[in-house]
Amino acid sequence: MNRRIIEENVFKILMLASLAIVLGSLVIIVGIVVINGFPALSIEMFTQTPTGRYYLGQGSGGILNAILGSLFLALPATALAYLIGLAIALYLQRDFLHPWASSFIRFTLDVLWGIPSIIYGVFCFMFMIMLGMRASLLVGIIALTLLEIPIITRYMDEAISMVPRGLKESAYSLGSTKFETAMKVVRRQAFPGILAGVLLGLGRGIGDAASILFTSGFSSDIPTSIFDSTAALPTIIFRFYTSPIPAVQQRAYAAAFILLMIVLTISIASRLLTRRFKKHVIK
Amino acid sequence: MNYQIETKNLNVYYHNNNALKNINIKIPAKQLTAVIGPSGCGKTTLLKSFNRLLEIQDDVKTSGQILVDGENILDYKASEVPDIRKKMGLLSQKPYPLPMSIYENVAYGLRIHHNKTKEELDQAVENCLQEAGLWNEVKDRLHDPATRLSLGQQQRLCLARAIAVKPEVLLCDEPTSALDPISAQQIEKLLLKLKKEFTVVLVTHTLRQAKRVADYVIFIYFGEVLEQGPAKEVFNHPKHPQTKAYLVGEIG
Amino acid sequence: MEKKKLLWLIDTKLVLAIVIIFLLFSFILLPLSFSLLFLFLITFVLLYIFIKKHRKIRDFIGTKTMLLVTIIFIIFFFVMFSFILYKSMFILGTYSIFDILFSSVWNPEYGQFGLFPIIYVTVLVTGIALLIAVPISILSAIYITEYAPRRIRKTIRPFIDVLAGVPSVVYGLCAYLVLVPLVKDVIAPWFGIESTGSCVFTAAITLAIMVFPIIISLCIESFDAIPIALKEASLSVGATKWETVKKVVFRASASGIISSILLGFGRAFGETIAVSMVIGGIPRMPSSLFAPGQTLASLIISAYGEMMSVPLYESALMMVTLILFIVVLLFNIVGFAVLRRARRRGKF
Repeated sequence: MNRRIIEENVFKILMLASLAIVLGSLVIIVGIVVINGFPALSIEMFTQTPTGRYYLGQGSGGILNAILGSLFLALPATALAYLIGLAIALYLQRDFLHPWASSFIRFTLDVLWGIPSIIYGVFCFMFMIMLGMRASLLVGIIALTLLEIPIITRYMDEAISMVPRGLKESAYSLGSTKFETAMKVVRRQAFPGILAGVLLGLGRGIGDAASILFTSGFSSDIPTSIFDSTAALPTIIFRFYTSPIPAVQQRAYAAAFILLMIVLTISIASRLLTRRFKKHVIK
Repeated sequence: MNYQIETKNLNVYYHNNNALKNINIKIPAKQLTAVIGPSGCGKTTLLKSFNRLLEIQDDVKTSGQILVDGENILDYKASEVPDIRKKMGLLSQKPYPLPMSIYENVAYGLRIHHNKTKEELDQAVENCLQEAGLWNEVKDRLHDPATRLSLGQQQRLCLARAIAVKPEVLLCDEPTSALDPISAQQIEKLLLKLKKEFTVVLVTHTLRQAKRVADYVIFIYFGEVLEQGPAKEVFNHPKHPQTKAYLVGEIG
Repeated sequence: MEKKKLLWLIDTKLVLAIVIIFLLFSFILLPLSFSLLFLFLITFVLLYIFIKKHRKIRDFIGTKTMLLVTIIFIIFFFVMFSFILYKSMFILGTYSIFDILFSSVWNPEYGQFGLFPIIYVTVLVTGIALLIAVPISILSAIYITEYAPRRIRKTIRPFIDVLAGVPSVVYGLCAYLVLVPLVKDVIAPWFGIESTGSCVFTAAITLAIMVFPIIISLCIESFDAIPIALKEASLSVGATKWETVKKVVFRASASGIISSILLGFGRAFGETIAVSMVIGGIPRMPSSLFAPGQTLASLIISAYGEMMSVPLYESALMMVTLILFIVVLLFNIVGFAVLRRARRRGKF
């Protein structure tokens, strides 16, 4: 008996140590970003674009180009991914598609979800070259959309699947067509889940670097047209994290801080929203 | 007697399991027909076959004929089915208010099928809520979410919603089983009132309820119709031994 | 009801025909097909808006658009794969696949495309990362599901989600700021090795941390799915909680655990940004764990700007992408297949 209890206690300690490592990593990550990033923040950081030349910035200016660039990339991409994902997620219901087909599609979505974003980046880059296009907002948006579709669709599909059949039957028995019911009833009922999915997709899209690194190029200016190259928060970090010039490195830290704050906000927001809306829509 | 719905050799197969076997029944118009029988014997399946709601699930096969006003609804194409459904209102066991306001719930069917002006809509919504006995309780909060109502109120809302599209038949699937006794009584009273305008088909597994409200009775046992006829006859002089057993409480 | 299946097939045939025609166009006249598709979709949307009165047509258009989008999406995935495959074929004209996979020198400027060291490093880094991450994750997951009081459980879950949501660049940055100096000044000297800090070891640790959330959340899901009755049965025979975990929980959720490992492996294998920030970028066989290296993914990133001028180089990189794609795909397919089967059977 003693041996068994000792064994259990040993493992309990190991378990707690493991948990400490996991949580500790998170604390360290947030800590590092805040410690380095917070002091780097200033009004200029948010409101100015970097002055000076490409790699060598003269130490003044900020990362407005990257902030706006990230927004210009991620928001349209998320909107497109939402539209496409909604069509797919609604169609996956049993009302439209036979289970073996929807099962296959869901499996494909799962697998696509796990594909590293660099692959989407490479694909779009090669396509871009083939079409003779330049690295620009447009290509970056396309790459991000491709990345976000499996993510958003997966979450929306979960929410839509939870809509009770009886509710759909009630709508059908009023003479509503399948499409009408999908758009007017199912979509509303699944709204909190759909919203959470969109937010999570947005979070992923804003933070991703690999897909936009070579497809959206780089620029010190704010993009004015969809064919302009643009910087983004992740690319700023990636390019400047080892810069010998402190002011430039500061930009990377500031960008990391902003990025982390955005992701945290999205995480909290999607949790709160799911919880709040569940109260209204409980069946 | 005028029969609104008739089935001829109706067979329904769930995953190759014969759920309804050779159903031949007649439902009289503008009366309340109660469908009784032990749980799981196919009562709900029969009800849902009338408005072709079964085909939303996969792996359901139907053969035979379902005649509504003389026309076989199984012949209709998929695109025409929503129109058939409009003729049949459905009241489910659990109230399912649409995720919208009270007003929008009732107006949902109206908006889809008819082009009405705002005043016409307002009037129609009020009429339906009056008929369902809900108007006084909700007239001040028409634009509140429907989910805030009590279960009994929700069910009456579903009733108002169903009659808004002016169906000819009301299919009710144990509509009171989820409600408290007072709300249940209200629904029963409403059904009695409404049967003058609509043909009501009521699935119930409470014999007492059937005895209270039914004009006509159909008894289903393990997917087969063992007996059908006017309520007085079936309840007082049942012909089939199983019917007798069920009425006495030996089975189900 | 045979009718219903036939109708579905006919409808889809029409749609499939349209999509196939589009695909044929794509391989011949790309810009044209793009504008065609664009026009096509615009017509759909316009029709939808103007046919408000005719519900049946609207339903038809709406439903068929959804079907079209779904099909295009699925086909697109195969298009992407074939494209990468196609572009990698070029280099096979000059070198055989064995040359590429097993040569040891990667020097594109001199026409040498040996991927062996890179593949080796990728497997090494991923392997070490998982070796570290799996026990830690599983132990954490067990603690969370079996031992932690409810309140702690509820508060920990969000933290795991946040960890999962941190972008790879941020992981890379933190690894660069914390791990690299640590390895350079403390860990490597302790082993008597000189290191810049950007090495295989650092990359492995970083990957391990990135993989924690995946394995933990999947394991939690698996452990939760086990019916309480089973655990009660074990406990009521007098087994300790830990023995119950060892004998009942692990065995019952074996497929869940396996799938989490597979998916974690896929994630780690394909991780690009964080790894490239701390691995040192030298495409040679590392002399020790504390020497720099290069993984398949980080190779792609580092080479990207330069390769455009040399078609052979470009094709070689596409080959690297293809290898990455295939490996990650395989791990994901097997991982998800196992997961789905486990979910369907209730984790038995």
